[in-house]
Amino acid sequence: MTQTQTLERPSGAPDANAGIEMTGAEMVIHALRDNGVTDLFGYPGGAVLPIYDELHQQEDIRHILVRHEQGAGHAAEGYARSTGKAGVVLVTSGPGATNMVTPLQDALMDSVPLVCLTGQVPTPLIGSDAFQECDTVGITRPCTKHNWLVSDVNDLALILHEAFHVATAGRPGPVVVDIPKDVQFATGTYYPPSMLDKKTYEPRVKGDPDQIRLAVAAMMRAKKPILYTGGGVINSGPEATRLLRELVELTGFPITSTLMGLGCYPASGDKWLGMLGMHGTYEANMTMHDCDVMVCIGARFDDRITGRLDAFSPGSTKIHVDVDPSSIGKVVHADVPIIGDVGLVLEDMVRMWREMSSGAQLPDLSDWWSQIDTWRGRNSLAYTPNDDVIMPQYAIERLHALSKDRETYITTEVGQHQMWAAQFYGFDEPNRWMTSGGLGTMGYGLPAALGVQIAHPDALVVDIAGDASIQMCIQEMSCAVQHNAPIKIMILNNEYMGMVRQWQQLLHGNRLSHSYTEAMPDFVKLAEAYGAKGIRCTKPDQLDDAIREMIETPGPVIFDCCVVALANCFPMIPSGKAHNEMLLPDEATDEAVGSAIDEEGKRLV
Amino acid sequence: MSDTLKNQGPVTQPPASAYFIAPDTQIIVQHTLSIIVDNEAGALARVIGLFSGRGYNIESLTVSETEHEKHWSRITIISKGTPKVLEQIKRQLERMVPVHRVVDLTLLARDKGHDKPMERELALVKVAGKGEHRVEAMRLADAFRAQVIDASVDHFTFEITGRTSKVEQFISIMAPLGLVEVCRTGIAALSRGPEGM
Repeated sequence: MTQTQTLERPSGAPDANAGIEMTGAEMVIHALRDNGVTDLFGYPGGAVLPIYDELHQQEDIRHILVRHEQGAGHAAEGYARSTGKAGVVLVTSGPGATNMVTPLQDALMDSVPLVCLTGQVPTPLIGSDAFQECDTVGITRPCTKHNWLVSDVNDLALILHEAFHVATAGRPGPVVVDIPKDVQFATGTYYPPSMLDKKTYEPRVKGDPDQIRLAVAAMMRAKKPILYTGGGVINSGPEATRLLRELVELTGFPITSTLMGLGCYPASGDKWLGMLGMHGTYEANMTMHDCDVMVCIGARFDDRITGRLDAFSPGSTKIHVDVDPSSIGKVVHADVPIIGDVGLVLEDMVRMWREMSSGAQLPDLSDWWSQIDTWRGRNSLAYTPNDDVIMPQYAIERLHALSKDRETYITTEVGQHQMWAAQFYGFDEPNRWMTSGGLGTMGYGLPAALGVQIAHPDALVVDIAGDASIQMCIQEMSCAVQHNAPIKIMILNNEYMGMVRQWQQLLHGNRLSHSYTEAMPDFVKLAEAYGAKGIRCTKPDQLDDAIREMIETPGPVIFDCCVVALANCFPMIPSGKAHNEMLLPDEATDEAVGSAIDEEGKRLV
Repeated sequence: MSDTLKNQGPVTQPPASAYFIAPDTQIIVQHTLSIIVDNEAGALARVIGLFSGRGYNIESLTVSETEHEKHWSRITIISKGTPKVLEQIKRQLERMVPVHRVVDLTLLARDKGHDKPMERELALVKVAGKGEHRVEAMRLADAFRAQVIDASVDHFTFEITGRTSKVEQFISIMAPLGLVEVCRTGIAALSRGPEGM
C-alpha cells in the first residue's frame, strides 16, 4: 500500500474552471462556504492556527467557541439533527482530536452527519512524536464513516467536498479530515465542488420496486400489522415524515417508534402506540410481539428494542426498509428486505398501496385495534402522584404542557431522565428531539442544546438533564453565555445516577455501589457563576411557576428541579425477557424488582 | 490473527445482564472473499480493523495492487463464521468508502456448480542438513515439484506453489529433514470460468 493518498485531479479543465491559487487555510474557508456552512463549532490550537487566522478575516462563517472539544462535537450533532445539515467541527491536533472521539462515535451510532476538521503536525514531523501529535486517522478510523489525511494542498479542496458528500449521502455519519499545518500554509489550486467527479461512494437510495410490491402485498393481507419506525425516517428528511403519516392514514396501521424516531409520527395522533423497547409502552411492545406483519422503517433492531431475540415477535412477517444494507439481516432476519432511502421507498409504497388496494377487500383491523385498546387500558406509564415531592414524570408532563405551543426543541443527557423525557414529552414534529441513543453518552445534552440554539436562535431549547450527566459537559454553560444562546437546562435532580442505581437494585442486591453523588454542587449558584440564571424548585405546587420562569427568562437558565429520589423508570423489559414479559409500574414493588431476574440468571452475568 | 466467534451452544437461562446473548446454533463455515479497494493509505488498515473491531475471523489474508492505472488493490481474505456472519462481513465491507466490490468466491463457485474457487498459495521453505537427509529432501522436493531457489552445501531453500493442503503436506514432510523456517504468502484465489469478478 502506498503511503500517500491522492485524489485524481480534474485534468484538461478549461482555464476558467481550473480554480484559483490560494493557501490551504484559505481553501478550508472556501470549501466550507461552497458547501453551505454558516456555523462552525471549534477550539483553536497550534496545529489549526492558519485556519483560525483565515476565520478571523471573514464574516460568512460564524465560529462558536466551545470550552472543550467534546462540547464542539455534541453541539455540531445537535445542530445537524435539528437542521438536517451536516454539523461542522474544527479542532486542533493531539488532544483536540482525541477529545472528539466520543462525539464521533456517538454520531456514527446515531447516523448524524458530521464533518470534523482536525489540525495535524507538519507532514515532515508526522511519526516523530512531535508536540501535540497523535495518529488521528488511526484513532478515528473505527469511529467515522471515512477519514482522510491530506498530504498535498492540491488535494485539499476535493477531499473537503468529498467529506461533505460522504457525511451526508446514504446513511449519514461522521467524517474526519486531518490537515497538517504545512498543508494549511502551502499554496495550491482550489477546485469547486462541481469538479468532484470521483464519487466512489454512491449508496443505493431507490428501493427495488418488486420488493416494495411484495411488501405492500403482505401489508394488505395483514390482520395484525404494525409500523416500527426509527431515526432513519427523520434522517431522510421532512418528506419522509409526511409520507409516513400519509401511509399511516391510508393503511390505518398502528405505529410505534424507537427512541431516535420520536416525532416522525405525532404523539398526539390516534394511531400512536408510544415508544417501544426496554422502557417502551406495554401496548407498543405487546403489539410488536403479537403482530403478523411488521414493517420496520429506518430502524435497526437494536438490543434495547428487541429484548430477548429468540422470543422477538415470533409469528410475524418482517419487512425491513433501510438505506444501509448491512443493517438488514444483521440482528433479525428480514422476510422482505428493501434497500433504499426511507423517503423514496415510502413514496413508492404509498403509491403502490393506493394502486393495489383500490377495489381490493382488505382485512378488518377492528379486532386488532380493540386488542390494542385493551393493552392501552393497562396504562403502563402510570405513576403515583405526590403532593409533597415532585415526581420526575410529572415534571416532564408539566414541561410539555407549558412548552408545546412554542417551537420547542428537547435534548437530553443519558439515564432515567432521558427515558422519562421520551415517555412523557409528546413529540409531534421531527427534528425536535436530540438524544444520544446508540452510544448513550452522558454529557451530550447541554452542548447539543447549544448547537440546536445556534441553528434556531428564536426557538425554546430545553436540555432535560440528570444531576450526574449534566456535570460531564457543564463547562459549555460558559459558551452558551458568550454566544447569547438562551438554552434551558432542566435538571431532574435526584442526587443519584438513577439508571445505574435502578440496575443495581435489579441485578446487584440493592448494593448501591458509587451511584450516589455525595457532594452535589449548588446548581443555582453554579448558574450564577457562569452568568446565567439559576432556579430551584422542590414542591409540586410551585413547579409550573418555576417552569414558566425558566421559559420566559431571556438568557440561559439552569433549573434545578429537585425530584423524588428513589423513583425508577417503568415499564421495563427486564434483561433476558421478551416483549410480552414487561415489568409494569404497578407491579414493580421492591420485591418484584428484586426478583425480576432470578438467581440463576444473575450468576450468568 | 483470528478472533474467534464461537458457537455459544444452547442457553437454557438467559443471562441477566444489560445484554441478551442469543445462542447461535448455526454451523461455522469457511469462505473466500475477494475485495477490490482503492490502493490508498490506510485502506488495508480499514479492512483489517473491521474484522478485529467486529470480532470476525481472518484465516488468511493476501493483498497487492493488481490494477496500477486505477490504483486498485485486490485483497483476498479467508474467513470463518456462520453463514449469517459471513453475509454481514460482506455487507460491512461493501459500505466502506474505498471498497469498490466484494465477491464471496465460495458462494460464486457454488452458484456455478463448482466445489470451491481456485486457490493457490506459495511458500518458501528453508531446510538445512547433510548426508541422507539432504538427499531425501531433494527427492521429495522433486516429487512435490518444488523449485530450489537458494542452496549451499548446508541447505536448500525451496519454493512450492499449490493448494494449501499440498503446501501443508510438504512442510510437514520437511520437518524431520532439517526444516529451519517457512514463509507463506497466504491464499490467492480466483473464480473458475471466463468471467472476472
